[in-house]
Amino acid sequence: MNLREYMKDNFLFLDGGMGTLLQEAGLQPGELPERWNVSHADVIVNIQKDYYDAGSNIVLANTFGANSLKFDDEELKLLIDSAIANARKAQELSTGTQEKYVALDIGPLGRLLKPYGDYEFEDAVEAYAKTVKLGVAAGADLIFIETMNDSYDTKAALLAAKENSDLPVFVSNAYGSDGKLMTGASPAAMVAMLEGMHADAIGANCSLGPDQLIGVMEEYLEYASVPVLIKPNAGLPRSENGKTVFDVYPPEFAASIKSLMEKGVRIAGGCCGTTPEYIKAVKEASVDITPVPVTDKGKSLVSSYTHVVEFGKSPILIGERINPTGKKRFQQALRENDVDYILNEGLKQADAGVQVLDVNVGLPEINEPEMLERVAKELQAVTDLPLQLDTSDPIAMEAGLRCYNGKAMVNSVNGKEEVMEAVFPLVAKYGGFVVALTLDEGGIPDTAEQRVAIAEKILAKAAEYGIAKKDIIFDPLAMTISADTTAALATMQAVHDIRFGLGVNTSLGISNVSFGLPQRMLITSTFFALCLEQGLSAAIMNPYSTEMMSVYYTFRALHNLDPNCTDFITYAQGLPKMVPAGSEAAAAGNSAGAGTVGATASATPATGTSGASVSPLQNAIIRGLKEQAANITKELLQTVEPLDIVQSDVIPALDIVGKDFEAKKVYLPQLLMAAEASKEAFEEIKKKMAAAGNGGPTRCSFVIATVHGDIHDIGKNIVKLILENYGFDVHDLGKDVPEQDVVDEVVRIHAPLVGLSALMTTTVPAMENTIKLLREQAPWAKVTVGGAVLTQEYADKIGADSYCKDAMETVRYAEEIEKSLG
Amino acid sequence: MKEFMQNIVLDRLSSEDRITPLHAEYVAPAINRGEILRYAGIPASVLREKNAEGFDDSYLRALSEKCAKCGKGCNLSTAFEEAERTGIPNHCTEKIDDNASEEEKALESMLDEAIKMVSDKLTYRVSYCCSKLEFDADGYPILPFEQHSEDLKKNLTGCCAAIIFAATIGSGIDMLIRRYERTSPAKGLIFQGMGAERVEALCDHFNAEVNAAAQAAGLKTHPRYSPGYGDMPITVQAPLLELLDAQRRLGITLNASYLMSPSKSVTAIIGISK
Repeated sequence: MNLREYMKDNFLFLDGGMGTLLQEAGLQPGELPERWNVSHADVIVNIQKDYYDAGSNIVLANTFGANSLKFDDEELKLLIDSAIANARKAQELSTGTQEKYVALDIGPLGRLLKPYGDYEFEDAVEAYAKTVKLGVAAGADLIFIETMNDSYDTKAALLAAKENSDLPVFVSNAYGSDGKLMTGASPAAMVAMLEGMHADAIGANCSLGPDQLIGVMEEYLEYASVPVLIKPNAGLPRSENGKTVFDVYPPEFAASIKSLMEKGVRIAGGCCGTTPEYIKAVKEASVDITPVPVTDKGKSLVSSYTHVVEFGKSPILIGERINPTGKKRFQQALRENDVDYILNEGLKQADAGVQVLDVNVGLPEINEPEMLERVAKELQAVTDLPLQLDTSDPIAMEAGLRCYNGKAMVNSVNGKEEVMEAVFPLVAKYGGFVVALTLDEGGIPDTAEQRVAIAEKILAKAAEYGIAKKDIIFDPLAMTISADTTAALATMQAVHDIRFGLGVNTSLGISNVSFGLPQRMLITSTFFALCLEQGLSAAIMNPYSTEMMSVYYTFRALHNLDPNCTDFITYAQGLPKMVPAGSEAAAAGNSAGAGTVGATASATPATGTSGASVSPLQNAIIRGLKEQAANITKELLQTVEPLDIVQSDVIPALDIVGKDFEAKKVYLPQLLMAAEASKEAFEEIKKKMAAAGNGGPTRCSFVIATVHGDIHDIGKNIVKLILENYGFDVHDLGKDVPEQDVVDEVVRIHAPLVGLSALMTTTVPAMENTIKLLREQAPWAKVTVGGAVLTQEYADKIGADSYCKDAMETVRYAEEIEKSLG
Repeated sequence: MKEFMQNIVLDRLSSEDRITPLHAEYVAPAINRGEILRYAGIPASVLREKNAEGFDDSYLRALSEKCAKCGKGCNLSTAFEEAERTGIPNHCTEKIDDNASEEEKALESMLDEAIKMVSDKLTYRVSYCCSKLEFDADGYPILPFEQHSEDLKKNLTGCCAAIIFAATIGSGIDMLIRRYERTSPAKGLIFQGMGAERVEALCDHFNAEVNAAAQAAGLKTHPRYSPGYGDMPITVQAPLLELLDAQRRLGITLNASYLMSPSKSVTAIIGISK
């Protein structure tokens, strides 16, 4: 019987451990078990026959580590062909009368993906695809992805399976004793991502015994709308009389599995330490129970690589600040590839309390697909908030969705056929929670009824692509009341009708409502409160607005969504003291000046090595006080020219800290704190200059990179930061940078200075090669090198112009070269 | 482990001992703030100087005054023990900061914040196996993986067994480092220092257990030795981690340059002699 049909009404029994049995049969440590498919086929067939005889419906072919990282193409094909043939033979030899299937088994590649490892996501997809294609050709009945302890790696494997076969795919992850994957994902986060990508069954295996996995299984059963599987170890290994034994025996094991099956688990087997005896016991124990039906849990979920955000309960805040529209400083950052600026904008919103970040990086003159992919990846490296990918370009949307680690929000579709036909297939493939605007070819309707009608049309179209209404969130569009005073009423009515009539979540870009009016925040925040009362599930908003955040916390407290008002109290205590009504102007004046007053009054001025007293801004920088540095700079910018502040305050302060560092009076952490404080000052200066229509202050350009093969970038990042502080135009190429890439960038911008970093002796040859290529293609460039293994002697040997032992020496060298250029 | 040590004493070691690695999980070992700062680039000599100043008589007097004021009748030594265990100064010990300059305070509070942030993000896991040790004709130790390191040979000379282990504090710290090295390099550096201190503390803790078990059986342990020390190449990491099933059990993977991820992971060999 077709597996998908069979599993609808029946329990499925998997097999048990393979590795432990092969070791008993003589597999040596370090020997690759997949080779036994050819060299010891009889041993494999016997073990697998025993599993079928014990009652397994599904036996995994011996292909756990069969991938192109371990074997060449020819051997890989041979091993996978033999593995499937062995399992098939076991199936034929078995006397068991149950339905029997052979699975292509896929384990992790053993390489951690970027950003935490060095392996590219797309390379992983390609490697898994090779195994999938061979397994499909060899005649597997299903694909079983297992023991995955990283969510991104899991996505790569599932994507490869889906792109290269129509077979059922089961996905099983390995959880630690903390109930999380090694890289942090919760079971709910895995459910969201894997269901979005249409895995046929999901669950957990390995690492722990059945009882330690109860919590993980309960979370799966709460969230999953597809069958849930478990394949645990026979407890934990321990040593007994010099032999390794596992501490859970078949009867106990079977009893634990049985109770999980009663709770709703549909597919069960065993992993390390389990044998056919265990499977037999499980099968016998479950004879008298009937499968719990698999139901749609109807949960609206988005996820990051660690956790889910659920819509439809407490309102969700989506930060709107990563968006260049109307923001000169943001546009400048995009044009200059200044991703750090964008990351900071994300982190600040996270600190302000949003649960999802909207990401819009569309500017006419930039390559949006590339930029969206890059920003999505980089944001996911620094924050675990789920992202809302915001673009009208389907190519950019696909680039973002493909590389996204989790289940993203998709912003947006609308009722236009063309748009739905472009976006829905992407959501069907990669998973996603889609924002749908209630407008179509006829524009934005005036009435709530018409908007609801468009919503219904969108739902019907989504269903054609297999996208359920739980994965749609409607934006019924807030329009300004300055043009039409009935606009807000129509929007609120639409929110209500969609939420309670259609039973679908809603979201709004709140601030549009007040466009063209004075004191916009009064209208915006009140409108927000009214919409929440009508059932609004989410808002795209500015989290730096106290009024908006106040509405949010107050609403939750009043609606019994904040147990013991804990969040409200924490929020309220963080607010500045309330001022009496009518003194608004005075209050505004106070808060603007507070930073500066505090800065000068509280701190005794620092003195540098010279003993001379320093200005307040210098003081703030020297002491590494970021907020003060920013506030004082803001104040100064009202009266002083931006570049004068750099010359008279920032650079002298850095010099004082730099000299103290060189004299070993302060150490690296303090140097960095000062650098960060001056960066804050620079940020204010840049803002001012961007608003005035010119870029930041820059000195000569400096290309910096950690060389090919080396992934250590702590030192390089420090040098970069300090150089930027001194105003150099630093082009950071990152780590593990191929030789020619360095040369290309130097040639492109005709950089007079190049800095190369290496930590390990093994990568110094790559440094030498880079220098050689630079001499040939960019003879004008001066090259300075640094890093743990380098010395002056080494630098001379590999032909560098200079060796700098730390960041300050690099600054001094760069200044020297700059001077010589005139 | 106890049993293993007994087997060494009774010459009953079997080659079975090395087949399946064993697993241990620990609660957080005590935090050493000085070590964190040392790893972050502040030399130990500077810290010692500061501590010496910090604990003179007048300073302790100031402390007891403060405690009298707080009215809780605190026992100072308990307060210091508590602060040392958690790594976070309490109301009695934080008097230290009163004499500190503003920038020192900023550093200290950054450290406090970092310690609080990592507390629920780290796991302390070890995978290990016990192995009988023999030597080839040239005197190199025969290990479950191949190597010809003179320095390891020297370290293990006279040993009859070894504990091979991998330890990791997990990838939570790498995420924090990654987050802050881009946005606040100073904090990134503190997390780097903290990760180094934590994983070394884990190794010390595990090593102390091995030492105790060995001592109880009348055996001696040699200093632990890791790939990358002396002439022992880091390429040894691959078979060593394979032996310990470290990817499955601890989530440790290697990259193309043989560096481990999570980055705050350690592998080592502890020789045991009679």
